[in-house]
This record gives sequence, C-alpha cells and structure tokens, in this order.
Amino acid sequence: MSKSFLEVDGLSKVYPDGEGGLLTVYEDIKFSLEKGEFVCIIGHSGCGKSTILNVLAGLDEATSGNIVMNGKEVVGPSLDRGVVFQNYSLLPWKTTLNNIVFAVQARWPTWSKEKVREHSERYLKMVGLDHALQRKPSQLSGGMRQRVSIARAFATQPELLLLDEPFGALDALTRGVIQDELVKIWEETRQTVFMITHDVDEAILLSDRIFLMSNGPNARIAESVKVDLPHPRARSTIFQNPNYHKTRDYLVDYLINRSESALPGPDGTPRVVEPAKGADGSEGGTNDSNSTAKAVNA
Amino acid sequence: MASLNVRAALLSISFLILALGLWEMSTQPPEADQNLTEYEMLMGGVEQESRVPPPSAVIKLAWEELSNPFYDAGANDKGIGIQLGYSVYRVLTGYLAAMAIALPVGFLIGMSPLMYKALNPYIQVLRPISPLAWMPLALFIIQDSDASAIFVIFICSIWPMLLNTAFGVANVRQDWINVARTHELGHFRTALTVILPAAAPTILTGMRISIGIAWLVIVAAEMLVGGTGIGYYVWNEWNNLDLASVIFSILMIGVVGMLLDLALGKAQKLVEYTE
Repeated sequence: MSKSFLEVDGLSKVYPDGEGGLLTVYEDIKFSLEKGEFVCIIGHSGCGKSTILNVLAGLDEATSGNIVMNGKEVVGPSLDRGVVFQNYSLLPWKTTLNNIVFAVQARWPTWSKEKVREHSERYLKMVGLDHALQRKPSQLSGGMRQRVSIARAFATQPELLLLDEPFGALDALTRGVIQDELVKIWEETRQTVFMITHDVDEAILLSDRIFLMSNGPNARIAESVKVDLPHPRARSTIFQNPNYHKTRDYLVDYLINRSESALPGPDGTPRVVEPAKGADGSEGGTNDSNSTAKAVNA
Repeated sequence: MASLNVRAALLSISFLILALGLWEMSTQPPEADQNLTEYEMLMGGVEQESRVPPPSAVIKLAWEELSNPFYDAGANDKGIGIQLGYSVYRVLTGYLAAMAIALPVGFLIGMSPLMYKALNPYIQVLRPISPLAWMPLALFIIQDSDASAIFVIFICSIWPMLLNTAFGVANVRQDWINVARTHELGHFRTALTVILPAAAPTILTGMRISIGIAWLVIVAAEMLVGGTGIGYYVWNEWNNLDLASVIFSILMIGVVGMLLDLALGKAQKLVEYTE
C-alpha cells in the first residue's frame, strides 16, 4: 500500500447499549487522506461521524483500529491536528484577539509577543474580523464566533484540520458567507481538511472528495465521491458547471435511497465514484451497491 | 419625572427620617408635672425606668467617636477605629489562611473524583459545626486567645470557599478542556489558563459568602475571648450600660461588613464573563 499522509485502518467504536449488550456504532473504517486535500464526510445522524472526528482529534479513543499520520501513530490530542468545534468553543473571558493569541502561543512558545500578535491579527483579518479584536465572544454573533474559531484553527497551521459541522448552528445566510470565507482561506493556505457536514451543497463547494457513510449501527464509509470542479470555486458560479449537478444528484440519491445498505469495496476501502465522468448515481437506486456504475476500488 | 435613582434616594431618606422620628419620640422621658424632689434630682429625673437612648444621643456619640477614632486611653477605652481595626485584622488573617488551604484543596477535589469521594465525608461532618464550638479546643491547644479567634475565623471561612472552588472546577465545560487538550497544554497550564478563569466566578462567590460569615463570627468570637475588637467593645459597653455606644457599634459592624462585601463584589465583577 502506498503511504498516504493520513492512513486510517480498521477503526471501530463499540459502546455498551445500556441493556447489557454492546452497540457497534461504526466498524472497519478504512480510508486515507493526501496532503492538501479537502475531504467532507456525510452520513445520517447516528453513524458516528463525530466520534470518528474526535478519534482523529485524539479526544476520544476507538475500540479498535489505528490511525497513522505522517508515518506516526496518532495517540492523544496534538497541535498537529487542529479542531473547529460546532459550538465554537471560544474562551469567553478572553477577547477575540486573545483567543487566537492563546492558540498561537501554545503552538510557538518561543515567539516574541509582537510576532504572536502580528500572526494572530493576520488570521483574524483573513476572516474579516480585524475590526473586532478587543470584543469578547459574548459580544459577537454566532457567525462571527465561528469565524474566530476558524481563524484560531488555521492560525496554528496544523497538519490536519478537523471541522465538526462548523456551520451547523448558523442560519442559512450567514452560513453561505462563511462558506465563501472558508473557501478563500483554504485557497490561501491549502490546509489538509477533514470536515463533517450534513449539507450536500456545502460538501460539493468545499471538497475534493466526499466520503459517504452508511447508516449506523455498524456504519461504514461506503463510497468516496470525487468532486470534479475547478478551483477556486465560488458559491455564486459553481452551479453553472454541469458536474455540480451530476455530483449533487449522485449524493442526494445515495443519502435517500442507498445509505441504508451501502457497503465499501471488498478490501474495506470506500468505493471510488466519479459522478462527473458519467457515473449515473440514479441508476444505483437498488440495494446492491455493486451495481453502481464506475464504482471501482481505491 | 426624576430618574429612578433620585426617586429611590428620596424615598430612602424619607424612610430614615420617619424611623428616626418615631424612635426619637418613643424614647422621650415623660415630663415632670411638678417640681422635682431632691431625691429625683439626684437620680436624674422622675423616670426610674431605663430607656433606649434616642437617635439624637446616638448621633451625638457617633460624631464624637468618629472625629477621634484612633485614641487609646488604656485597655478599656480605645477609639472605635482601633477596635474595628483589630477585628478586621483578625478576619483578614483567618480568611487569607483559609484561602491558602481552600483554593488548592478545592482545585484538587474538583479535578479528581477520587479525592472528592475520599474527602467529602469529612467535609460534610466538619462543615455544619458552629465555628464557636471550636473555641474551647482552640484555646486549649493554641493557648492564645487572639490566635484562637483567628483560628475560628479560619475554620468558618474555609467551607464555602472550598466547596465553591471544587464545584466551579468540576463543572468547567468539557469544550474548554478540549480546547486546552487540542492545544497540548500541560496539566498545570490547563489549570492556570483555562480552569482557573473558567471557575473564577464560582470561586469568588464562595469567597464572598466566606467573608460575610467571617464578619458575622468575629463579633461573637471577640465577645468570648475579650480584650480587643468590635465584638469585645459591644459587650464592654453593655457592661457599662452605655446603650448609645452599643447602638453606635452595631451600626459600625454593619457598615464595615458592607464594605467588605462591596470589595469582594468588585473583585467578582473583574472575573465575571458571559458565555
């Protein structure tokens, strides 16, 4: 197997189900990420997306399986893996600027005060918050708070950035604006990002690949859908590309008709699907995911 | 229409005047309806019944006392400032000692469920004990009345601080702990830069409760140990049957207690945050 930047192999999570038995949320999760990729993961509630992300972050432990990043096993949390939480998780007693400074200081303890401040301000500027440096999180709107949280994660320049439904709590208009900002900041930094979302359009706008999970319990990552759209992308123009609609139709069909019983390829890795190259997802509406056109193994 | 503050102040002052007026009127001795006998003149009037002094007498005394608060004319005749100073000194010493123990131990209990379970039974037994019940034991062991009073302050102010610190630390939101973890902060840095500021408002609430209790207890403790302090002063003036002084010192106890509470309230404001 070629060595990817991040290799996840055989990950599973088992909880006691509260009735003396065991509940396997997901099992045998196997995938890899390349450096500089933006990957979204979509699946119905209860398939364990958030737990996978927490395990990647080192905040939770998998029951079995292992994760190797850059040739090193992932154990516990690390500054190499930055996290943006759905509920922002800013420290409310610190100002906007100091929330970033806090992270930057943790990342580079030897930096001078001026350098830390200058670096922090640059990232706040990237998300358009250079006017609110001295405000406390409680004085910011939800959208602004999530921007601070995103700036904090990007400012530490982690090798892998984990976003846990970062726009889940925002209204649709704000969500669109921040998506655009995330596109912009990603084009500038080309961070490796692994993101959870429920929003098909958001996933297409942002990702290079989209992982589709089957429903839990015993969820798997069944397919890896390539998003064949040129960078840089913009919300205002992306829908003009016919590949956008092909990809979207494929994803929606999967989520509605096939997520119940979809399975990964025989070797456990997600089936690679390229809807833009004529793979017509709507034909795969049967329960047999093998019938999906152009589904090949990674 | 004047602002709410102005109206409240006016109402406050009218209540005060009304209360003082009623008090003044109810404490007037009855007029003598005939010339005083020689005996009555010797005894200070027809009135044989002792009365609470009127507010005018208390205000007159307060003026005298407060215009020279720090005079020292021997063991039983010291200015109100000196007496209050002794009490504040005892309260602050005992209180700071309690802080030095309660904050670290509270942190430990808050962060470790094991320590919480191990120490909780002792805390639950020791906490409801009236602080004055410790006094005989303290006097016997320490053999110094002043230090015993300080010990009683220590023991009464430790519990609210300890329990609030433990509660505040144990209930820091997991999200913030996760932020510390993903930023690779060590235990010590996490405690200092995340848990302490997150729990600070709860800790300060405990400290504010403690200073209130300490000020309540010092008066009683000083009545017992005697010698100096505002509690001793009240009791001493009672023995002198100088009720004007008793009322005046009661008011001063209230004023100083309020100032201590205000100080802690200000400190609380400094560490407060809204989520």
